[in-house]
Amino acid sequence: MNASFMSELTPKEPTVNLELALDHGLTHEEYEMIIDCLGRTPSFTELGVYSVMWSEHCSYKNSIIELKKLPREGEHLLVEAGEENAGLVDIGDGLCCAFKIESHNHPSAVEPYQGAATGVGGIHRDIFTMGARPIAALNSLRFGSLNTPRVRYLLDGVVRGIGDYGNSFGVPVIAGEVYFDESYEGNPLVNAMSIGIVKAGETASAIAKGIGNPVLIVGASTGRDGIHGATFASEEISEESEAKRPSVQVGDPFTEKLLLEASLEALQTGAVVGMQDMGAAGIACSSSEMTAKGGQGMRINLDLVPAREPGMTAYEMLLSESQERMLIVAHKGQEQAIIDVYEKWDLHAVVIGEVVEGDHVTYWKDGEVKAQIPAEHLVLGGGAPQYVREMKKPAYLQETQSADLSGLTHPENLIESLEALLHSPNIASKRWVHEQYDTMVRTNTVQGPGATDAGVIRLKGSKKGLVAKTDCNGRYVYLNPRRGGQIAVAESARNVVCSGAKPMAITNCLNYGNPYKPEVYWTFKESLAGMGDACRKLNTPVTGGNVSFYNENPESAIFPTPIIGMLGVIEDVEKHKMSPSFKNEGDIILYVGSSRIGLGGTEYLKVIHKLTTGDAPILDLDVELKVQQVVLKAITSGLVTAAHDVSDGGLAVSIAEMGIFSSLGAQIDLSVLSGSIHEIWFSEAQSGIVLTCQPDQKETLMKHLLQGGVEVVQIGTVQGDALLFEGVGSVSLDHLHSIYESAIPKVMS
Amino acid sequence: MGVVVFPGSNCDHDAYHALKYVMNADVKFLWHKETDVSGLDIIIVPGGFSYGDYLRSGAIARFSPIMQELIEYAKKGGPVMGICNGFQILLEAGLIPGAMRHNEQLKFICKDVHIRVESTQSIYTSTLQKDQLLKIPISHGEGNYYIDNDGIKELQDNDQVLFRYVNAHGETTQQANINGSVDHIAGITNKQKNVLGMMPHPERAMEQLLGKEDGKQIFESVLQVLAIT
Repeated sequence: MNASFMSELTPKEPTVNLELALDHGLTHEEYEMIIDCLGRTPSFTELGVYSVMWSEHCSYKNSIIELKKLPREGEHLLVEAGEENAGLVDIGDGLCCAFKIESHNHPSAVEPYQGAATGVGGIHRDIFTMGARPIAALNSLRFGSLNTPRVRYLLDGVVRGIGDYGNSFGVPVIAGEVYFDESYEGNPLVNAMSIGIVKAGETASAIAKGIGNPVLIVGASTGRDGIHGATFASEEISEESEAKRPSVQVGDPFTEKLLLEASLEALQTGAVVGMQDMGAAGIACSSSEMTAKGGQGMRINLDLVPAREPGMTAYEMLLSESQERMLIVAHKGQEQAIIDVYEKWDLHAVVIGEVVEGDHVTYWKDGEVKAQIPAEHLVLGGGAPQYVREMKKPAYLQETQSADLSGLTHPENLIESLEALLHSPNIASKRWVHEQYDTMVRTNTVQGPGATDAGVIRLKGSKKGLVAKTDCNGRYVYLNPRRGGQIAVAESARNVVCSGAKPMAITNCLNYGNPYKPEVYWTFKESLAGMGDACRKLNTPVTGGNVSFYNENPESAIFPTPIIGMLGVIEDVEKHKMSPSFKNEGDIILYVGSSRIGLGGTEYLKVIHKLTTGDAPILDLDVELKVQQVVLKAITSGLVTAAHDVSDGGLAVSIAEMGIFSSLGAQIDLSVLSGSIHEIWFSEAQSGIVLTCQPDQKETLMKHLLQGGVEVVQIGTVQGDALLFEGVGSVSLDHLHSIYESAIPKVMS
Repeated sequence: MGVVVFPGSNCDHDAYHALKYVMNADVKFLWHKETDVSGLDIIIVPGGFSYGDYLRSGAIARFSPIMQELIEYAKKGGPVMGICNGFQILLEAGLIPGAMRHNEQLKFICKDVHIRVESTQSIYTSTLQKDQLLKIPISHGEGNYYIDNDGIKELQDNDQVLFRYVNAHGETTQQANINGSVDHIAGITNKQKNVLGMMPHPERAMEQLLGKEDGKQIFESVLQVLAIT
């Protein structure tokens, strides 16, 4: 150990002992592990570094064992999950797609605007740190009931934050979802996804290697914002959380735009060995992860870091989560080329250290070593702890899964029920939200948010397109964790198929309660197993993502919500892109897929009967796969004029949406389907798709579907400007349209 | 043709793509620190957030090196087209009269809107029909154009208003005035009519694949009048 090390215990710093370690969120056992590894009591700075690196947020200590059970390999995957900052998929034509989803739930709960904004910034940085230019964004949002002023405040702030950051940064939002349920009261979910494109062979890696290679910090200067943000994200939201507002970082999209352009340009110089963005745990995390990956050491002089304010300690500098910064390892002697690029963009690029022999990260300040730790010991997959938590099946499942729904008294007027569903904020138009986002910048958006099942973008210079969608119905996962996990994957894949694309791979953002609660952990494990089932069956491996635990409010945990970000590739975007709106008068309407059975977990049950109970909707993964394959083939063969998956609200809502999106009506006869009428109309049974085709194509299409082994039946014809349900009644599209469009604006104004 | 690139421009590549690959025109980027604009038939000031625009859209951009040259170029009659943030910058630079306020509803709005061609007496509209409707998207938080009563009269007297926000039937209803602009103004020129500022983004409405191509007609007019090939 360096001699100057001991003098580091200045009177200003607290004495490190077990109590302080516990205050930092470490356990007794973890504190002992640190002492064992270092062979001494850690310094105050070291304790700080350990506490963030071993926080749930950075170490995945309570999730990694389960995450490793997910299918993470596939022919198109270029990096294994967790290896780099984001997943990387080969999409052909010499192009690769980097994509990832990440949560910013806790910051958004206390400071919605900045919390959401920096979430967007962070995920884009993960993408361009791999050398990919972000070209599309999605976001998945969950809030409590819109009837409370606090929720309206959160929604407004989150949407403005996402909008202001992304609009300025210049990446379009192409899809997403917003969902409301009391379970998210006090703990909203803000999950942001970014998709980027990079030429094959031009990707960057987050690695530090090559003895003597200089280490640079680039981008914004380092301030006292966001210190212990990662730790904050690793505990429950409580009354005291408001006091943690300073843990929330402040975003600067303009600087991020400069950082993007400069970083992509810097990579072109060939002077970059490795690059990693600074998100959670700032310099500490980026330097130790890059070092551990390279298997050598790193020495950093914190005095050289451009600081926003004087007097910052080593502890503060290492843990600062100031945004819009990156760490770069350059080839020795070529650092000036990198500095020149950043200076062109008016950004800092300063050499603060070098790659050295050994395997330690060493941080100096004021001529003293403030921390010296084996890098491997800090990081996920290395010395960071890994736990399997205690598990217990939640007691409520017994009650909900055996709930007898057959005795329900249903309202007689089906059309009134349909109207009520279209008025539910979960189904109603989210125009109020997505019109605040730039959905078209970069001129690639073929289908943006709104009247679509998934976002579609073209790739300039290629015939191909990318299709993406986020999805997860937390209510299903709550009622049946395993099947709910399966459905999240299956439904997002179905959305992608309905847009004309082949599902390729997923990224996921796993939002759960406190993993130390056995019921939460059981649910986590079960739903991940469900995701794994579906990913294997549909051949959509997991490329990476993010885990967010401790999503609780004073009353209870949120619905377990594993958000899936599905990526699909459309071979010929001009020819194969598909949308849900009715296209032509006279087109035949077909229902394809599984029987409409079961009302458990439906929006109908929630809205009409005020119930969240029953079992999750039925799903047979073999049927699902067959339906998706056969329908995709039909779409790419040019047999289909519109496609819409049946999801929240059921078949009646799907049909109504196809009409609302197009202003074309339909004559519908649902008596051709078997089952009780309320189930036919409102069941959310999986693996169902509504298709339309031109009358002269009907025979060919039906033959194709039947030969593919899926059930298909004609349920109507596109015509007029009303929905006429045989034997039930009729309703004008103008009327439904106004219900659908007005629900959210009315509450928000 | 030149497309100005401020560090926070984000529609620069869109304008470049539209001109080069859809219109097949010869086009180059002009970095904001550059000072040479010679030999250009037209300069596009694209959308985005020039220098972050935390103060006021375009307030800092107008002091950039390229803008000093651009102002000279415009004063000599050189055609300049400011789109969205470009419009805001041209206002700040005093090349066109008026000012921009936050949208009436105080929210960013991105959507397709209809605009009506109000005058064909400009290089930007000479091949279009008066009262013709164009479906072109807007995408801005500060597009609420303001000018005082004398100013508006002058604009009208000189036939400087090129585009107004209307509904799908071409009517200037209150609802169609998407951001609350004075007199429904979506695009105006300077008195000499060589400088255009417009909030809608024609460069986003160029290809049927993306669902709209009315913006193309504006660039077709420019290329035809200036005889650019």
